[in-house]
Amino acid sequence: MFKIVSREEMAQGTIILNEIEAPRIARKAKPGQFVILQVNEKGERIPLTMADVDPDKGTITIIYMVVGKSTALFGKMAVGEEYFAVIGPLGKATHIENRGKVVCVGGGTGIAVLHPITRALKDAGNHVTTILGSRNKDLLILEDKMANASDTLHICTDDGSKGHHGFVTDVLKDVLEKEDISLVVAIGPVPMMKFVSAITKEKGVETLVSLNPIMVDGTGMCGGCRVSVGGETKFACVDGPEFDGHKVDYDELSNRLRAYLNDEQKSVDESEKNA
Amino acid sequence: MAGKDKKVKVPRATMPEQAPEVRRRNFMEVPLGLTDEMAITEAARCLQCKKPACVEGCPVSVDIPGFIQKIADGDFSGAIERLWDKNALPAVCGRVCPQEIQCEGNCILGKKGSSVAIGYLERFAADKARELGSGTLPKVADKTGKKVAVIGSGPSGLTVAGDLVVKGHDVTIFEAFHQTGGVLVYGIPEFRLPKDIVASEVATLEKLGVKIELNSVVGTTVTIDELFEEGFDAAYVGVGAGLPRFMNLPGENLIGVFSANEYLTRANLMKAYLFPEYDTPIAKGKNVVVLGAGNVAMDAARTAMRLGADTVKIVYRRSREEMPARAEELHHAEQEGIEFVLLTNPIQFFGDDDGRLNGMECLKMELGEPDESGRRRPVPIEGSEYRIDCDLVVVSVGAKANPLLTNSTPDIDLNQWGNIVADPATGKTSKKAVWAGGDIATGMATVILAMGAGRDAANSIHDYLTIGW
Ligand SMILES: Cc1cc2nc3c(=O)[nH]c(=O)nc-3n(C[C@H](O)[C@H](O)[C@H](O)COP(=O)(O)OP(=O)(O)OC[C@H]3O[C@@H](n4cnc5c(N)ncnc54)[C@H](O)[C@@H]3O)c2cc1C
Ligand SMILES: Cc1cc2nc3c(=O)[nH]c(=O)nc-3n(C[C@H](O)[C@H](O)[C@H](O)COP(=O)(O)OP(=O)(O)OC[C@H]3O[C@@H](n4cnc5c(N)ncnc54)[C@H](O)[C@@H]3O)c2cc1C
Ligand code: SF4
Ligand code: FES
Repeated sequence: MFKIVSREEMAQGTIILNEIEAPRIARKAKPGQFVILQVNEKGERIPLTMADVDPDKGTITIIYMVVGKSTALFGKMAVGEEYFAVIGPLGKATHIENRGKVVCVGGGTGIAVLHPITRALKDAGNHVTTILGSRNKDLLILEDKMANASDTLHICTDDGSKGHHGFVTDVLKDVLEKEDISLVVAIGPVPMMKFVSAITKEKGVETLVSLNPIMVDGTGMCGGCRVSVGGETKFACVDGPEFDGHKVDYDELSNRLRAYLNDEQKSVDESEKNA
Repeated sequence: MAGKDKKVKVPRATMPEQAPEVRRRNFMEVPLGLTDEMAITEAARCLQCKKPACVEGCPVSVDIPGFIQKIADGDFSGAIERLWDKNALPAVCGRVCPQEIQCEGNCILGKKGSSVAIGYLERFAADKARELGSGTLPKVADKTGKKVAVIGSGPSGLTVAGDLVVKGHDVTIFEAFHQTGGVLVYGIPEFRLPKDIVASEVATLEKLGVKIELNSVVGTTVTIDELFEEGFDAAYVGVGAGLPRFMNLPGENLIGVFSANEYLTRANLMKAYLFPEYDTPIAKGKNVVVLGAGNVAMDAARTAMRLGADTVKIVYRRSREEMPARAEELHHAEQEGIEFVLLTNPIQFFGDDDGRLNGMECLKMELGEPDESGRRRPVPIEGSEYRIDCDLVVVSVGAKANPLLTNSTPDIDLNQWGNIVADPATGKTSKKAVWAGGDIATGMATVILAMGAGRDAANSIHDYLTIGW
């Protein structure tokens, strides 16, 4: 079960793709949903969005950035090795319909999460403008796939090594000025989603964001993933992970993501010491 | 009977335990178990009543004098077989049942002195059987060719699976987590219920032929209707009460405020107390407050103490008498230095600039008129607000029904709280060929009630598979 059937490295090895055997999940998964994986019996339960699924082959694809101990362990697994546990599909699927003109904004590994949603929006007949951001051109992922799933593609890099020199929000402002956009989907680092939402709120353009709080079970059982949306507490794993971007308390989310900073560092130190 | 008076005079066995000052910092089991001699002496205290009141107090009617007599005779495998007759998980029940309000609460000896230590004896018989590998497994009937899906591997699901596999049905358990046992593994801590006990009970089921599909969240990975399409003939829903209740107080989303479900799942299922050997971290509070006073709250408080807290307080809005935890848990918690702050209600939580909890505000209460439950209602004392400094709060004020499965199965009727409506005698739901029981039907109750519901449902499922709905 849960055998890795293919593996790719992206963004100079900082981002890894695994295609994993999980037939029951592949049969059911829809864009926007995620899985929780455990590398071994001692491993932490790590949520990752499905970047792709192949129901016929019975596989799901995850794309993750190596940021700490667990993702580092994931990244070391070779083709043919198995995950100890994969559960899903979890979370609500993205509501896909023809809204006319839409903008998809992605940053970092958020682009992997955004890809199936962008594709589904395009398939549903939307005119899709996509804006991707990364620190530099080498860290940009899935450019070709996103180009295929979009009518127009804009690239932004912080250092100007490709496309627009600056942030996705600069380009977004421009697009919103020129075109009549009915929906923005923004997925990436918390500050990016926060700034995108601030801009679209001013313009009154509906905005969906995908939140990534720390999770344990992913089934609504623990409440660890709670986020404040419009002043109400929601469990991101079952009520989300997508929410109305204008209503999310991003500062609370940023704080909560730092809950275990010291322990995470200890985890990395220990595993490096043992290696 | 001439022996009666003499028997009464033998004092009730005292359970050997780890000393409080030692155990409060380790995760090993607290009670160490009776020795053979102690068990035999204790068993001999039983009067072997003709009309045993203890059995009336037992939700699954274990033949209590029967198994106790076997222990008194030194026939330990005879004792376990008597227990297994009615109770598939005696090693668990001996440790976690609220005996003082069930069998022991009814025991005739308790009227004058102290009741027979039925719980200790049950635990003894079960541990002995595990240690010696004694007691014969029940015989599996001829295969019926019928397939049953059991959803959830808590005590109720395990009971259904065990009963039906023995009756010759082909049973598969679907469990959302990567491990079986339900609350027995993710909620109740190692120091109260060692996990290898649960594992060995599950191994027995597997030996009998039960199949287990882990990591299967029924409702999303697969639905009940899809299971029927796959060829299952009946389904039992025993998914527990897995939705934490919060108090909706200001500051509840600060870092450092946890549901008991999260705190205990990290500690027990994910073994965060062994971090960093195990990867999942857990917040280690210096000054910990646990809100609530049930078994869950005691487990959270005692876990926090074991993780190195300086102070642990139970904050509860009613008085000592109303604390719903088992008597033994309250006693153990107090011995370990956990402070009970009674007639006190939290109002809000305070945090620093990084969103980390650093204190809470409480209000003192006094007891007023009795409420619907007959308990005196706590009413706030005006102007009694005060601050407790704390860096970890565990909210343990109950759990509700998790809607994940029921949302995907709209033809199962629910009550106003979202619990599945199941016939109390059979466990039948409004959906054909689907039964439910345990916490998902009753709300958070007890291990033994969940098992009792499982047994009734298993009988009803068997009738359905052999006779009809
Ligand atoms: C619904 C959802 C979908 C996600 N999809 C993707 C994805 O497609 N690709 C991707 O690269 N990342 C994704 N993430 C983020 C990913 O889960 C974290 O990067 C990962 O858990 C880090 O674990 P670690 O042990 O390697 O790092 P750590 O050193 O443990 O943590 C690094 C940071 O990751 C976050 N984190 C830690 N543990 C968890 C946890 N159990 N759950 C969630 N976040 C945690 C914390 O903010 C932490 O500071 C998603 C998160 C969520 C909630
Ligand atoms: C911390 C704690 C301490 C307790 N202490 C005591 C005690 O001392 N004595 C006592 O008698 N009782 C105690 N209880 C209560 C007792 O544990 C429960 O009443 C009992 O476990 C209920 O059993 P169950 O089989 O209904 O459900 P559970 O034990 O809750 O098991 C349900 C199982 O179903 C799984 N599941 C949930 N949803 C799905 C899904 N959609 N698909 C597949 N699987 C799913 C869950 O992961 C879980 O494994 C305690 C409870 C807690 C939380
Ligand atoms: S009531 Fe007490 S003395 Fe009588 S049979 Fe039960 S355990 Fe023995
Ligand atoms: S991760 Fe536990 S409730 Fe969402």
